Amino acid sequence: MSRISKAFFTALWFMLLTLPVMGIKLNLMENRVDWRLDRVLYLGVAAFFLSMLWTWLFSRKKRNLPLIKAPAFIKIDFYGLSANRAVRRGFFASLILGLIAVPLLASFYQTNIMISAMLYIMLALGLNIVVGLAGQLVLGYVAFYAVGAYAYGLLHQYFGFGFWICLPVGGILAALFGLGLGFPVLRLRGDYLAIVTLGFGEIARLAMLNWTSLTGGPRGISDIPRPGFFGIPLNINEATIYIYYLALIAVCLTVVVVLRLKNSRVGLALQAVREDEIASEAMGIDITRAKLSAFALGSCWAGFAGVIFAAKTTFINPASFTFMESAMILSMVVLGGMGSISGVIIAAVILIMAPEYLRAFSEYRMLIFGAIMVLMMIFRPQGLVSGEKRDYQVSALARKEADAQ
Amino acid sequence: MDIQFFIELFFGGLTRGSIYALIAIGYTLVYGIIELINFAHGEIYMLGAFTALLVAGALGVYGFPTESILLISALVAVIWCSAYGFTVEKIAYKPLRGAPRLSPLISAIGMSIFLQNYVLLAQTSDFVPFPRLLPPMEFLEYIDYIMGPSDFLILIASALSMGALTLFIRFTKMGKAMRATAQNRKMALLLGINADRIISLTFVIGSALAALGGVLIASHMGQVNFGIGFIAGMKAFTAAVLGGIGSIPGAMVGGLTLGLAESYTTGYFSGNYEDILAFAILILILIFRPDGILGKAKVQKV
Repeated sequence: MSRISKAFFTALWFMLLTLPVMGIKLNLMENRVDWRLDRVLYLGVAAFFLSMLWTWLFSRKKRNLPLIKAPAFIKIDFYGLSANRAVRRGFFASLILGLIAVPLLASFYQTNIMISAMLYIMLALGLNIVVGLAGQLVLGYVAFYAVGAYAYGLLHQYFGFGFWICLPVGGILAALFGLGLGFPVLRLRGDYLAIVTLGFGEIARLAMLNWTSLTGGPRGISDIPRPGFFGIPLNINEATIYIYYLALIAVCLTVVVVLRLKNSRVGLALQAVREDEIASEAMGIDITRAKLSAFALGSCWAGFAGVIFAAKTTFINPASFTFMESAMILSMVVLGGMGSISGVIIAAVILIMAPEYLRAFSEYRMLIFGAIMVLMMIFRPQGLVSGEKRDYQVSALARKEADAQ
Repeated sequence: MDIQFFIELFFGGLTRGSIYALIAIGYTLVYGIIELINFAHGEIYMLGAFTALLVAGALGVYGFPTESILLISALVAVIWCSAYGFTVEKIAYKPLRGAPRLSPLISAIGMSIFLQNYVLLAQTSDFVPFPRLLPPMEFLEYIDYIMGPSDFLILIASALSMGALTLFIRFTKMGKAMRATAQNRKMALLLGINADRIISLTFVIGSALAALGGVLIASHMGQVNFGIGFIAGMKAFTAAVLGGIGSIPGAMVGGLTLGLAESYTTGYFSGNYEDILAFAILILILIFRPDGILGKAKVQKV
């Protein structure tokens, strides 16, 4: 009973709280006030049930129970399956085949959505290197994306360079920017780092906006060419399909590189730095080098994605590179699970695809992103798929202990 | 150098700076107690401006006298924003006490995005004009090139509220409890201070001041939009860091310094770079003197 009364008062509180902003709509043309009390009432009803859910989830969290239990009849042993090599190979092969078939079966529009989903997968995986593996919260990630896109746009505009030259150049430039940002912020940690990188991202955007003579300011750069296919001009449909395959290859490459990186010496060093900076320094890890390589690697992928983005849209302006974009990429990493590759990919696909196919959802997209970031931090900070931590066992020691018992 | 222009810029900077200071106090109070950058604070400021706008508009329609409208709408905005601040803390930060340090920060960013879009969806994405509510002030007539009625109001209101806050922190029991919690939360708990309540109080005070800033700036600039919180919040945070985060006089000094710096750059160079200036100051301060003007250097312990 106390739960219900608590939920009731919470609902009342929220109705009161949202009364001015939700309830009042000014109609200054006709000089009257439209009271939208029905909305406030709906909100109160929603708040009532959400509050019940909230307390219930908390009680489960406190008792360390899983928040959502899958019903028994769909209990498939995913871990057992994913450990089976044949099943895994079959799954990935069919996934790749399916992805290769997409542009042949789907419409132009859907292919375009798939391309942007893949760009975001690249971005999210790149940010995952910095945030997930190295534990450095970077809020201005979109700046590196912009560096890539503008590198292609400007190099084409002033020197007539093509896509294939600009792709590596954009990546390298973004990596250099990452290093340039990395050096001064090495000493900073946690929230200060986050703020400085946010400031950096905003400065980059404002510079693009105000340096009109170079970047065209708010008008941006238009008529960026799509990549040519060995000198054969393509029409817009063919070019989109071509870019789709390029993006697919780029994503596969990213996944492979990040997978290899994760278990490499550098990757392990990054994870050690994430867990404890001082301890890892004591173990002989060069923190400066580890952090800088994380920054450079992470921003490099954003640069590649930026070049492909510019080639896809053929038009770029600073409005595409706002803080909200950084926040969206960050929420993919957070939702997917920091450090987990498959989780981040799933989250990126969900967050890009859902607004496209659920039109009603698209209006509330950013609202839901915000809520997701809060709720994930509270109820499942490890994300959808928790990044597997390596588990070490000293086998000799374990045996000895077993013998002793 | 044209002395009149110089003075004009000085007062322009002062007005701007006192708004930054009002918002910066919220950042600094919260940071001082739970070491969290309350990202959603800028949105509270925006909510304050919006609430005041809506209430003032509604009262205007119902034919209240102009003088009372500003007072009532400011009061409503301050009360409601305190409630918002309180609620935000309860939902987004309280469950995360003791979590790794980045968790509440990410939660705060989420909250900020949420609140922005809440106002966007509930109201509009356009700039909304804020009604003119201030009566002309006769005694300001012969200096009206430096100071309009709204500048005057901003200076007076922010000076009064900051003075009241300083007195509150210094002389009341609650203020003492706040200082104790900021110094050492565990010790304060042992001495019987209800830390949760102090933290809530901090959010309430910070939000009230931010809302006041929002109302003042909205009546000064004459328009409001759902996105004004982000840039104002960033600048106020810059001010807080500039003065030394965690210190209340620091927030005031930082706010005024930033306001003056911006005003003079805009006046003597170009207005295009005023936002860049704030971010550049922020980055330089965080890198070279993270403890700010009035802060004390902390020694890192293992």
